[in-house]
Amino acid sequence: MAEPRPVLEMTGIVKEFPGVRALSGVDFRLFPGEIHALMGENGAGKSTLIKVLTGVHTLDGGTITLDGKAVRIGSPLQAQHAGISTVYQEVNLCPNLSVAENIFIGREPTRAGRIQWKQIRKEAAEMVDRLGLDIDVTAPLSSYPLAVQQLVAIVRSVGHGDSDGEGSGTKVLVLDEPTSSLDRDEVLELFRLMRRLRDEGVAILFVSHFLDQIYEICDRMTVLRNGTLVGEHMVADLDQVGLIELMIGKALDQLEELHEHQLRSDVGETLVKAEGLGRTGGIAPFDLEIKKGEVLGLAGLLGSGRTELARLLFGADQPDSGKVTVAGKQVSMSAPNDAIGAGVAFCSENRKTEGLVPDLTVRENIILALQASRGWTRPIPASQRDELVAKYIKALDIRPANPEARVGQLSGGNQQKVLLARWLITQPKLLILDEPTRGIDVGAKAEIQKLVVSLSEDGMSVLYIAAELEEVLRLSHTIGVLRDRKLVAQLTNGPEITTSKILETIASGEHQ
Amino acid sequence: MSATTKTRTAAEGRTASKPAPASAAARLLGDRRLPVLVTAGLFLAMYIGGLSRYQNYGFGEPQVFLNLFIDNSYLLVAAVGATFVIMSGGIDLSVGSLIGFTTMFTAWLVERQGLPLLLVIPLALGVGAFGGFLMGYVIHNFEIQPFIVTLAGLFLFRGLCLVISKESISISDSTVSSMAQTRVSLGLGELSIGAIVALVVLAAAFYILHYTRFGRRVYAIGGNEQSALLMGLPLGGTKIAVYTVSGFCSALAGLLFMLYIQSGDPLHAVGMELDAIAAVVIGGTLLTGGSGYVLGTLFGVLVLGLIKSIIQFEGTLSSWWTKIATGVLLCAFILIQRAMTTRKQT
Ligand SMILES: Nc1ncnc2c1ncn2[C@@H]1O[C@H](COP(=O)(O)OP(=O)(O)O)[C@@H](O)[C@H]1O
Ligand SMILES: [Mg+2]
Repeated sequence: MAEPRPVLEMTGIVKEFPGVRALSGVDFRLFPGEIHALMGENGAGKSTLIKVLTGVHTLDGGTITLDGKAVRIGSPLQAQHAGISTVYQEVNLCPNLSVAENIFIGREPTRAGRIQWKQIRKEAAEMVDRLGLDIDVTAPLSSYPLAVQQLVAIVRSVGHGDSDGEGSGTKVLVLDEPTSSLDRDEVLELFRLMRRLRDEGVAILFVSHFLDQIYEICDRMTVLRNGTLVGEHMVADLDQVGLIELMIGKALDQLEELHEHQLRSDVGETLVKAEGLGRTGGIAPFDLEIKKGEVLGLAGLLGSGRTELARLLFGADQPDSGKVTVAGKQVSMSAPNDAIGAGVAFCSENRKTEGLVPDLTVRENIILALQASRGWTRPIPASQRDELVAKYIKALDIRPANPEARVGQLSGGNQQKVLLARWLITQPKLLILDEPTRGIDVGAKAEIQKLVVSLSEDGMSVLYIAAELEEVLRLSHTIGVLRDRKLVAQLTNGPEITTSKILETIASGEHQ
Repeated sequence: MSATTKTRTAAEGRTASKPAPASAAARLLGDRRLPVLVTAGLFLAMYIGGLSRYQNYGFGEPQVFLNLFIDNSYLLVAAVGATFVIMSGGIDLSVGSLIGFTTMFTAWLVERQGLPLLLVIPLALGVGAFGGFLMGYVIHNFEIQPFIVTLAGLFLFRGLCLVISKESISISDSTVSSMAQTRVSLGLGELSIGAIVALVVLAAAFYILHYTRFGRRVYAIGGNEQSALLMGLPLGGTKIAVYTVSGFCSALAGLLFMLYIQSGDPLHAVGMELDAIAAVVIGGTLLTGGSGYVLGTLFGVLVLGLIKSIIQFEGTLSSWWTKIATGVLLCAFILIQRAMTTRKQT
């Protein structure tokens, strides 16, 4: 098949951040008049590839050719001049300026250097209107919710071509997760616009976590995993299960491993109950019950809403809807303190940034949550404190067993144990573990998993999040499956539940 | 489903999520012009207070009001420059030193070197603008905090004053004194050349900030620098230009100050950068950048000037009460800013 010449070709792209190789030798090409999905789990390097393309980050290796000519793009401004319009993942507008100005800034119509405000307002209103948005374009952007801001960013990126009609100069439109806070109608409206631009010959690079959206609108896709290129496929040639396999890098049958159920079989009465709990832009409203002594595992791709669900249960994010009861009592989840008071503990996924204070000692880190739950005016007596710390250092085998060691100097596994100790010391009823085994060695991993089983036997409920499906499967009584920021199924663990079964649920979005 | 029905549903969906019509009070609190109105109101209240208290001492004379512009012309120009910098999210501490340096530099050139004033003026303005440009260049290209860079500028220019001369140079040049004494009659009273220059600078700043691309970029960068970069705005050029404007304004303020005081002195205008920053903040510009009006800066300067005149009229109060009053006002206005920004975030 004679393919037309790609409008954009990136070859051997390398990008390194301190300590992370975000892209290693990625090839990517984009044809005029196609919508091309860039797929991969969170952290696969999608946004980085886009930022390298648009000159936000400098290249550490590789070449970019645009229309057959090698180019060096040094800044977003140069990218725009080269015909690349971008909506970045983070809304990138100025909240203090009006909607109209956000759409036009940098290319305001001027006459003898004087900005033509009337024309700007009029055209902005028309452009916004065309996307089915009914807002006052003279109001500051900050007065509108995130979804509107996202739409304004889209209007800005496509707007140029829109108003100038033919030959607008936009050759490549890049949309990095533009749909994350849009509702269904807005997404349809965006898709209509994307199709029109595609038909006009614009090449569109589209990133979305929503697999359905990819299959609805895209022609071709490139899959990344851990900063490497996994493959380029026509969307029509690859089904959703195949895509997920590519994204997580394992074949389904390879994932199927025998797992022994050595779980406590008799779970107790309901401990935590969430009803209609949800947050726009986070996770769709869900119902969830966790029983005493139960381990509830959450499965789903990175970015499917696992962490968001946990954060809502802990009150780290504010829910828009729904309520939570703990042991029959409704808890106002307006702040983590309420959750802590109700006996919920949360071990964060980012132990470095959200959990531990690296410059404090092991002892100080362990004692932090207990002290918080008592209130800062009632210090814990020193002798009691030292005793508790010693007990947990021993129980979890934290090495070095020195309460005065600075946490930042411990290995990943031991840091994780310190974080666990901190929460265990408060004797929570529900322990939320978000990726507790990520980035730690095999031995520590096994120890933490054993600990979860024994906590559950002692009657503690655990909400367990892990990327590895086997891990979830091995430990959980019930498996909540998330997809596209929705809790799509809750499977009771049993012999018939296998990793491929879970994967199918993730891929299809429903439980057969 | 046809495209038109889709459009309608989407439109309805988003109309519903428009912010609920806020109460009049809440809307007023959210209005960006509120701080300027508050400052203007404060100025008016102080003026009326002065009228009723000192009416027998001639406070009501139009000339007393016009003197506010004459006596603070240099501060107004410096504060306009500071408005650009603060609006862009930066800070310029070199203002006072640069003013002092300009008085020394011009006095020395005119008196000791015998250069004509008309040649010295563009030279001084050029040096000021170049100084600002250098600071902006360092701030942008080496990614150093503006606070640090302009602090270095503060010491540098003050040091350069002393390099020129350790003693003050009084100016007897006839062009300078005739220029200083020229008054333009407005019917009710008269303005000095300095005051007129300051008002022209103010008007130009207003035009630049609101009707040119450069001005809007200043607001954008102050609003969110990262976003401005991602939107493809030339960050470096804008930042450097902002400090160049500030340097230019400082030099111009220095010229007006020299005209006003008719001498150059290595200790002129010590700490005036703080007066300029105070005027900007009292005028309602957010110290974090991105929000405010240069017109507010005018009211900020007028309020500070009025405090001084009222204290003079009072007669028994010593002049450091000006500082105390400024401090109290500054505190109050920063609290107002705080209240406004937290309200916006919720
Ligand atoms: N500015 C940065 N500094 C350091 N590391 C970064 C930066 N941006 C991204 N990374 C890292 O690069 C990797 C790829 O991230 P990203 O491109 O954002 O992934 P994606 O968009 O696919 O979710 C991640 O490991 C992330 O932590
Ligand atoms: Mg991303």
